[in-house]
Amino acid sequence: MSNIPNELKYVASHEWVRNEGDGIVTIGITDHAQELLGDVVFVELPELDTELSAGDETGVVESVKAASDVYAPLSGKVIAVNQELEESPELVNSDPYGDGWFFKLQLSDADELDDLLDADAYGEHCEAE
Amino acid sequence: MAKRTALYEQHLAAGAKMVDFSGWEMPLHYGSQIEEHHQVRRRAGMFDVSHMTVVDVTGTDARAYLRYLLANDVARLRVRGKALYSVMLNERGGVVDDLIVYLMTAPGVSGEWFRIVVNCATREKDLNWMAERRVRFDVSLTEQPELAMIAIQGPQALGLVAGVVSASRARLIEQLGRFQGQESEGWFIARTGYTGEEGLEIMLPEEEAVAFWQALLAAGVKPCGLGARDTLRLEAGMNLYGADMTEAVSPLEANLAWTLALDDPGRDFVGREALAQLAATGVKTKLVGLVLPQRGVLRAHQRVLVDVVGVGEVTSGGFSPTLGVAIALARVPVETGATAGVEVRGKVLPVQVVAPPFVRDGNKVFS
Repeated sequence: MSNIPNELKYVASHEWVRNEGDGIVTIGITDHAQELLGDVVFVELPELDTELSAGDETGVVESVKAASDVYAPLSGKVIAVNQELEESPELVNSDPYGDGWFFKLQLSDADELDDLLDADAYGEHCEAE
Repeated sequence: MAKRTALYEQHLAAGAKMVDFSGWEMPLHYGSQIEEHHQVRRRAGMFDVSHMTVVDVTGTDARAYLRYLLANDVARLRVRGKALYSVMLNERGGVVDDLIVYLMTAPGVSGEWFRIVVNCATREKDLNWMAERRVRFDVSLTEQPELAMIAIQGPQALGLVAGVVSASRARLIEQLGRFQGQESEGWFIARTGYTGEEGLEIMLPEEEAVAFWQALLAAGVKPCGLGARDTLRLEAGMNLYGADMTEAVSPLEANLAWTLALDDPGRDFVGREALAQLAATGVKTKLVGLVLPQRGVLRAHQRVLVDVVGVGEVTSGGFSPTLGVAIALARVPVETGATAGVEVRGKVLPVQVVAPPFVRDGNKVFS
């Protein structure tokens, strides 16, 4: 069974969102997603300062098994990207909610946070899939 | 109901992610496919390949039958236990399957017999095919489903295996030549594999498989799954049946001309006529290696674009853990030169065209 931390929010496309306060969120892909993908070999992330809308395609995770698009769970500006993933894409497998984070957004509409799934709802979504 | 090998419980105990493989529940990986790959290139790993199909060919016409059935020639086997890689062709020159055949006795003796290992995915088709072509020969085909098969591969494989088997088996391992196998106390031990590394493939009675597996584990040999098996064989430039070659493709278009024994004009084998015609008219495609020097992963069925010449297709591809870049086998127009492009997720990325293999005995081999 994959790990779904209670303190995070989720979207059906398997990204997680951590609310850091002050309209800033950190985003990555879930443990369930990395398990499905297998060993990650490349991660393509958005450029700094890119303005994203919720649902935008904003990157790609390439694993030994498949390529998978990364979607922006929320709207906002990219204020940080995880450079470590360039050299060490395996962090996505070993620590998906920690060192394997993807990027941070300064939200343009914090109300969108209410649209996200909580851990229980995401867990049900994974089982139904 | 999916079939399970004698080592099924061992896979679960080692944390395997199990997947369906042609009706068998087999391990895809035990955590990290890339680490398993490195384990084989740097030290030693083991694979449960008990799902593969073993068929013994006996009878007074065993040799004549195989000289008719196979495109390579078992007459090339001049030493007891020697192995030969061959394809089985249909009448159109297409590949029915690829296989390994071992000469199980001294050559030409009375009671001479052979052992064949074919793919699991093509088992039924192969058995039918072989049975249908038996008619004018005095041969028996006997499947050996009760044999387990473990492949131990890597630069330290021979030494580590020798350390956990009986003295006479250890002595045999020391004496075996490359691509040779011998029986020892009920086990068939062969110095063969599908990884491009030194290694052994061992067939043994199912009921002895668990103890042997556990002894190997205790000696530090790491279990490896089908995922690593695929990237290892791809780096080694070895074709995968159903992907890089099919019934619609001749060996001339699958980089397998080296496996065709055409030196004896008197030998009639299935597909020979079609091959001769293809060779005379010339084939339109060839199987090559591709290397993607930038980020991205080459995958089966991506389109290959060759300037002026035309288009081709990736037949199998993936990330090469040893090289750190994506590699592929691709079928392209024969006129293709040293460069091409591959459509990867809507973009055309330039690739280098090389002659496989990519890696042998742990090292990069193309330039």
